[in-house]
Amino acid sequence: MSRPSDSQINSDLLKPLLHTSWRFYLLVAFFGAIVLFGVGTWFYQAYHGYGVTGINWPVFWGFYITSFVFWIGISHAGTLISAILRLVQAEWRRPVTRCAEVITVFALMIGALFPIMHLGRPWLFFWLAPYPSERLLWPNFRSPLVWDFFAINTYLTGSVLFLLLPMIPDFAVVRDKATGLRKKIYTLLALGWRGTPKQWHRLETAMSIMAVVILPVAVSVHTIVSFDFSMAPVPMWQSTIFGPYFVAGAIFSGIAGLIIAMAFLRKFLHLETYLQPVHFENLGKLLLVMAVLWGYFVFNERLVTYYGNEPAEMAVFWRTQRESFAPLYWTMVVCNFVVPLILMGIKYTRRTIAGCVVASLCVVAGMWLERFLIIVPSLGHKYLPYAYGIYRPRMIEVIIAGATFAAMTLLYVLFAKGVPIISMWELKTPEHEPGAGHAPDTQASLGEVRP
Amino acid sequence: MPRWGMAADLDRCTGCGACVTACHAENNISTVGPYQAMRGRAKHWIRVERYWEGEFPDVKLKFRPVMCQHCGNAPCEPVCPTYASQHTEDGLNAQVYNRCIGTRYCANACPYTVRFFDFFNPEWDKPLHLQLNPDVSLREVGVMEKCTFCVQRIRGAEIQAKADETPLKDGDIKPACAQSCPAQALVFGDLDDPESAVSRLSASPRGSKLLEDLGTQPAVTYLSRQSES
Repeated sequence: MSRPSDSQINSDLLKPLLHTSWRFYLLVAFFGAIVLFGVGTWFYQAYHGYGVTGINWPVFWGFYITSFVFWIGISHAGTLISAILRLVQAEWRRPVTRCAEVITVFALMIGALFPIMHLGRPWLFFWLAPYPSERLLWPNFRSPLVWDFFAINTYLTGSVLFLLLPMIPDFAVVRDKATGLRKKIYTLLALGWRGTPKQWHRLETAMSIMAVVILPVAVSVHTIVSFDFSMAPVPMWQSTIFGPYFVAGAIFSGIAGLIIAMAFLRKFLHLETYLQPVHFENLGKLLLVMAVLWGYFVFNERLVTYYGNEPAEMAVFWRTQRESFAPLYWTMVVCNFVVPLILMGIKYTRRTIAGCVVASLCVVAGMWLERFLIIVPSLGHKYLPYAYGIYRPRMIEVIIAGATFAAMTLLYVLFAKGVPIISMWELKTPEHEPGAGHAPDTQASLGEVRP
Repeated sequence: MPRWGMAADLDRCTGCGACVTACHAENNISTVGPYQAMRGRAKHWIRVERYWEGEFPDVKLKFRPVMCQHCGNAPCEPVCPTYASQHTEDGLNAQVYNRCIGTRYCANACPYTVRFFDFFNPEWDKPLHLQLNPDVSLREVGVMEKCTFCVQRIRGAEIQAKADETPLKDGDIKPACAQSCPAQALVFGDLDDPESAVSRLSASPRGSKLLEDLGTQPAVTYLSRQSES
């Protein structure tokens, strides 16, 4: 396939912005309705008290915290992956980065909602922020929840910058093409971009700095999320492996989320020229690596617990391994390890988009289960047998957790309507870049995309 | 500065549950009804755990009253983002309801599972609403609550002693559970006073702490049954 010309890129990628079909309105109405229903359900919960959920004594965390960790995990799709690919100058990343970075921003926004929704008194969530208050009290900086608050806010700020910076040249292109109100809006967004060598140089410099800065932030965010568990003396929670285990799991689910999003974009926005099977294959390879890494961490965690043979931990261990939670546990292992290992390990299935999507759907489901299986079995089975308990989610929690998937889709659809979902200037970059492109040998070694 | 603590003599405990009832009455703990109780929303700041050992008919029944252990190194305290759960100078593990935003992290971190969440606003069947204790604040929906060692009685006795210009004597303060225990299995007092009843009982060779290995340094000592020690 020959490389599309610049005008071809412009017209292909600006089409969703300039032409709106009835299908767009249908999508927005459908997902918007689900999101509204979810918001209404949350108000219902806030009004009637937390008792309408399935949370009980002793399982005080359930679906919401599971979903929180899940979405923060998904958020590692973008910024982290795109930053890594930028740093190693993997040329095939160019059409992938923006759809990945958008996932990060939206998944973080959704994930950050869950700790608020799960509060007993959600209207007081701002007490987590350090501000001079009439209570003359700072937040407790020893609490991992406060670390969470800062980590997520830092990551969100960084990710928004990381997403916005490379959008400026594309905004300028839209500005030049659009008319009327739209022109005014994009003129504002383009921040006076003229495409001078100086501006390109500054953009490149800013992107290189952000790519380096965002990496430790991304790693720290999910490590701190894992601290929410590993800092409490709960059987199977207090584990030194949780930090890297969670980060690996987050990147794992993030790649899966990215593959699914890309497959939908390719289908609905007709981006076959840009999102080619080779992109899915390369991401599939990453998925394979992460599946193996995930398997390694789980094996490690389980084996060490088994040999440690601490009674309270063993109770939880057997509960997940072969008692009441065993069906979920083994489903997780199949979804997260067996399926991606087979589908992504075999070249034939890895090279089909369907294969990549099926593996990714399994991983997303499996990673959600993983978080659930970390939280609930341990809480229901702490130390005193008198305080053992079970947790069954109620409809309220299922609706709210489910509605966030609709929220993610809705935000994504709206974003793709307002911004070119594939970075246009990065596809055209060799002409623009003052550094005259990246070294061709890295390009070859990381899989040539554009002939 | 005293360091409050308790001793529970398991040889004396008959499992009657008077402590549970007294605690509910003293501390305005709302009851939630059978349906919510079945769903795990019951709140008992003190509970009598029952454990059966052996196979029928050779069965032994054991009781253990469990309340907040007021740990010297409490896992619930560092995890609270708003200092709702914090340590007082006199060794109490205090819960400030107005600071609590309901993350429920403290309840997860507590190895004894003695913290309770208000899933609903409190309600009392008539005429129970007329017997509320004015010394204890009601807790609104969405906050955590737990045993306070009847802090209102401690503070009341301290203020009274100061007004009378007499020092507090051992036995002046009795939490509702200790006061109502017909077998006097529960003894409360100052652990820093070597002469106090609770200090002497806590030093007993029969004494042990619940889940001591976790390093929580509980202020409650359980005296094991004579037949087992």
